[in-house]
Amino acid sequence: MEKAIKKSSLKVSENGLEKPTAAGKPVSTKRLEVMKTYKIYIGGQFPRTESGRYYIPTNAAGKKLANVCLSSRKDFRDAVVAARGAVSGWSGRAAFNRSQILYRMAEMLEGRKAQFIDELIQQDATKAKAEKEVNLSIDRLIYYAGWCDKFQQLFSSVNPVASSHFNFSVPEPTGVVSIIAPQGDLPAGRQGSLLGLVSVIAPVIAGGNTCVVLASETKPLCAVTFAEVLNSSDLPGGVVNILTGKPSELASWFVDHMDVNATIYCEKDSTVQKMIREKSALNLKRISLYDKINWYSEEGQSPYFIMDTQEIKTTWHPVENIAGAGGGY
Amino acid sequence: MVSGSLTMLSDLPDRQAGFSLSPRIDQVGVEERASRFTKRSIKKESKLNGLKLVLNMIDLTTLEGKDTAGKVKQLCYKAMHPHDSYPGLPTVAAICVYPSMVKVAKKALGDSGIKIASVATAFPGGQAPKDVKIRDTKYAVHEGADEVDMVISRGKFHAGEYNFVFDEIAAIKEACGEARLKVILETGELGTFDKVRRASDIAMHAGADFIKTSTGKIAPAATMPVTLVMLEAIRDFYYKTGRMIGMKPAGGISKSKLALHYLVMVKEVLGEDWLNNHWFRFGASSLANDVLMQIMKEKTGVYQSANYFSVD
Repeated sequence: MEKAIKKSSLKVSENGLEKPTAAGKPVSTKRLEVMKTYKIYIGGQFPRTESGRYYIPTNAAGKKLANVCLSSRKDFRDAVVAARGAVSGWSGRAAFNRSQILYRMAEMLEGRKAQFIDELIQQDATKAKAEKEVNLSIDRLIYYAGWCDKFQQLFSSVNPVASSHFNFSVPEPTGVVSIIAPQGDLPAGRQGSLLGLVSVIAPVIAGGNTCVVLASETKPLCAVTFAEVLNSSDLPGGVVNILTGKPSELASWFVDHMDVNATIYCEKDSTVQKMIREKSALNLKRISLYDKINWYSEEGQSPYFIMDTQEIKTTWHPVENIAGAGGGY
Repeated sequence: MVSGSLTMLSDLPDRQAGFSLSPRIDQVGVEERASRFTKRSIKKESKLNGLKLVLNMIDLTTLEGKDTAGKVKQLCYKAMHPHDSYPGLPTVAAICVYPSMVKVAKKALGDSGIKIASVATAFPGGQAPKDVKIRDTKYAVHEGADEVDMVISRGKFHAGEYNFVFDEIAAIKEACGEARLKVILETGELGTFDKVRRASDIAMHAGADFIKTSTGKIAPAATMPVTLVMLEAIRDFYYKTGRMIGMKPAGGISKSKLALHYLVMVKEVLGEDWLNNHWFRFGASSLANDVLMQIMKEKTGVYQSANYFSVD
């Protein structure tokens, strides 16, 4: 019988060349670190920004977090094209199926909890706070998964009218929503870069819309990792598109794009709010300013968030007024 | 002159052998060259002018079994009024319809100067006897078509019957009378660049005024490499005979940026003499709206939505 090959003799060294080792000598524990490239998420793909630019966010201790894509207006334009393309498919799905997919997102997030906690700690959170934020984010997805096929019943109505019509009103998704997510660095834990992000995305897609999201500028790590969660959750490409970059550069493009139907902004900056109010008039966008919401509290989740990006459609359906016709049956 | 080139070819002892001597195409080279045209940066003023030129080169097309007179009238209106909120825009070059819709289009377009192109010769298959194809052509011209888009017999071409293909094109050219003849090679069915080049040579020698890539019914339709092969055939033909031939890529060009790349290619292969709608056309239906959206973006500085442009 031939001599069995010893595992240790097949070791590959750091520079990729095979290096014979003496039997019994422990394998070197030194290895090259595999760093993650933080890219953006458009149409179910992970491209780099077309501009080729990047910026380096740092944490409070001054540690560089990563080279993060500094998205340009053209990335936003491409993302809107992807989002628009996904509207009919996503809004046309059964509400129950959307619910299943949101639940799946929660499952995927649960499975990658450790990674999110780690990233939040890198971005200045304590371990306890990071854990709390990830748990709340998972619960929020479950919360909106439940609402997917229920909010319609609550907010629709059958209306009394004077003519012989069956008149009813139902909420319908408005279309493409541009979102500038909470920055997540306000004091006292009122926001969270992950929890804020999840809390603004979930109600929008639960209602059948698609969206383009600009992640927190100072704490973007979780947003990119969250895109990986979305990518493995059966969520069709283009329903959620996530960009990283500077709100100061992109905010006006988020609001004046004619193919965007609604805009969500979560900061207190009054000049930006004023700009949003003015430019949204261009094509009568719905605007939602969530600058006073504490995402950690009960007020951070409600079916009314879903309704912020819904339109009410009323139908007049002619019916025979049997009694009014004087009887005939 | 058409008859000149015809005589010249029929003088050849074996015309069929002549066409199999068309130059061979270096596929890798053509693809590489075609991809270079996409690297030019066209911005601001020149972009706006380029976009207007593209709009002016479009053959606005509807070739569907479900076409109605109403649909054609609507398309003609779109051709004359691309986007009224931007005054002074050029119109498209032509309307492209089936022969049965030519009369409707003629009436709708009036004296707007927009040409009427009609497909003929049992479009898109081309599987009909010669006399049927000639009658089809004569009918279109009689109804008022300014241009005829014919398809070649791809089956005969693949079988090596180049004389048949040549004679058919020449016969249709004769039936066209005053109308300009565009010859559709249907490159998606030809298979190789060598065959595209050979079909281009046959069409041009047989009297085509334009050569056109595709019917739009077969994928792949127009691509940049295949268009480059045809443009080079036109260039070589021009050097040989002094006769200019037009080019019309059709199908699959629906974005302005791609259309601008095509213009770059035409300019760099054939020169500025071809950069007008007498010698270059885009066969397209959705390209027009994308061009209009880009023009409005340049004007207003705001990205546009298809919701605010008429459906044609």
